[in-house]
Amino acid sequence: MIKALGDFLEIIKGGLITIRHFVTNMWFHTLKVLGLKTRRRGAVTIQYPEEKKDLAARHRSLHRLTRREDGKPRCVSCLLCVTVCPSECISVEAAEDPDSEIQKVPAKFVIDMSRCCFCGFCVEACPEDAIRMDTGKIEFAEYRRADMIYDLDRLLK
Amino acid sequence: MDIFIAVIKIILALIWFLVLTLYLTWLERKESAVIQDRIGANRANIWKFRFLGLFQPFADAVKMIFKEDFVPASANKFLHTLAPFLSFFFVAITICAVPFGDALRIGERTINLQVLDLNAGLLFMLAMLSLAIYGIILSGWASGNRFTLLGGIRGAAQLISYEVALGLSLIGVIMVFPSLSLQSIVRFQGENLLGFIPKWGVLLQPLGFIVFFFAALAETKRVPFDMPEGESEIIGFFTEYGGLKWGLFMMTDFMEIIIVSALLTTLFFGGWQVPWLAADGFHWPWGGGWGLQHGVVVLLQLLAFNIKIIFFCWLQILIRWTYPRFRYDQVMDLGWKVLIPLSLLNIAGTGIVIGLLK
Repeated sequence: MIKALGDFLEIIKGGLITIRHFVTNMWFHTLKVLGLKTRRRGAVTIQYPEEKKDLAARHRSLHRLTRREDGKPRCVSCLLCVTVCPSECISVEAAEDPDSEIQKVPAKFVIDMSRCCFCGFCVEACPEDAIRMDTGKIEFAEYRRADMIYDLDRLLK
Repeated sequence: MDIFIAVIKIILALIWFLVLTLYLTWLERKESAVIQDRIGANRANIWKFRFLGLFQPFADAVKMIFKEDFVPASANKFLHTLAPFLSFFFVAITICAVPFGDALRIGERTINLQVLDLNAGLLFMLAMLSLAIYGIILSGWASGNRFTLLGGIRGAAQLISYEVALGLSLIGVIMVFPSLSLQSIVRFQGENLLGFIPKWGVLLQPLGFIVFFFAALAETKRVPFDMPEGESEIIGFFTEYGGLKWGLFMMTDFMEIIIVSALLTTLFFGGWQVPWLAADGFHWPWGGGWGLQHGVVVLLQLLAFNIKIIFFCWLQILIRWTYPRFRYDQVMDLGWKVLIPLSLLNIAGTGIVIGLLK
């Protein structure tokens, strides 16, 4: 009998926890509706398309190819990124460069984003700092697979 | 003219019932979200006008209406279709015995703010709520699926055992307010105890209230007592339903919440009574009063009834989002070994107190 009463009290205590959440959250929601700024918010939700969370500085997002001072791509077509890529989504075709300091430039540099797993190995492998994943773009879904294939022009943008 | 008034009353009561049901789904989404530090459904809009997701119920309804009306090959087609309508009908019809307010006087005419003042209204409501089990058993059996059959059997066992506690817990109320008509039960609660405490059922029948509340929660077959549905183990008696027929089962659930709230309000919390409000205005217990027009009094009573009902709907949703579900044997234990003995004790205690006071 005593135990049953104790259990009943515990049930009520459990109910009070959700009531406390309800009341405090409703209080902050109401303050927000009334236009008052509060440090705490009624909900922890980030309402995504309107409101975006800041990405971390080291977040791996869409790739880009960097340029030299004169605007040409830094890439020297060493194929290290192609070799290291675990999803085999990079393909590079080399061409000759008249400048003897550079010697090789990419004629084609294609990344198939629909296969990329965003491991960032290509960035780490690159000896020329020619490829980076710091554009901060994370929304590049497309309706067709062909649109997910990024060539040299799109990567240099 | 009387028929005309009756038709208007029926239509208004049904509109009230269905709109409240629709917005109870909204309340369920929003309240659970607030409890869990979320925001809840707020994307449904009309021309970019969202307003707290208040259009969500209509979006749900449109979605359900346009879904395929599917009957599995192994199902009994007629009974499979009949089941949701049965369970919807028996819950929807109970609204006709709910007293919304005191009599409204317009000129010579007196309109009782209740669709039908049955002299056995309480029994009628209990009977109709019990008949709703047939929808569950039928849907479980007629779907031709073992899991739905399990759900149907569990539903039958649970509802029948809690029906006993539900009925027994109300006998105390009937002893205190000697009537079965819901309107006169509410009128009895308009008096005051010791001159200042409203004579509400919960003060005269605290044990009866607790037993009734638990049994009624089990009647709505939602989470702490969701044996027939059992989301996490068997998917339940409406596994083989989709679209609008499933929607009818869901609406039945929400309507049962409202009916249970209406019963709780009517029997234990004074129905449409506002404390110290009589037909001609407030009579304060410390003397004096505040005279009010007849129309204002009726409006206040309607408002009080609605506020009480919404409070109990809120409380039931809170309970649904707070407690984990019982195991099947625990549900049966609670029903037969705790609630029924308590309700019998309540009957004996009430009888003794009434006998001593005479």
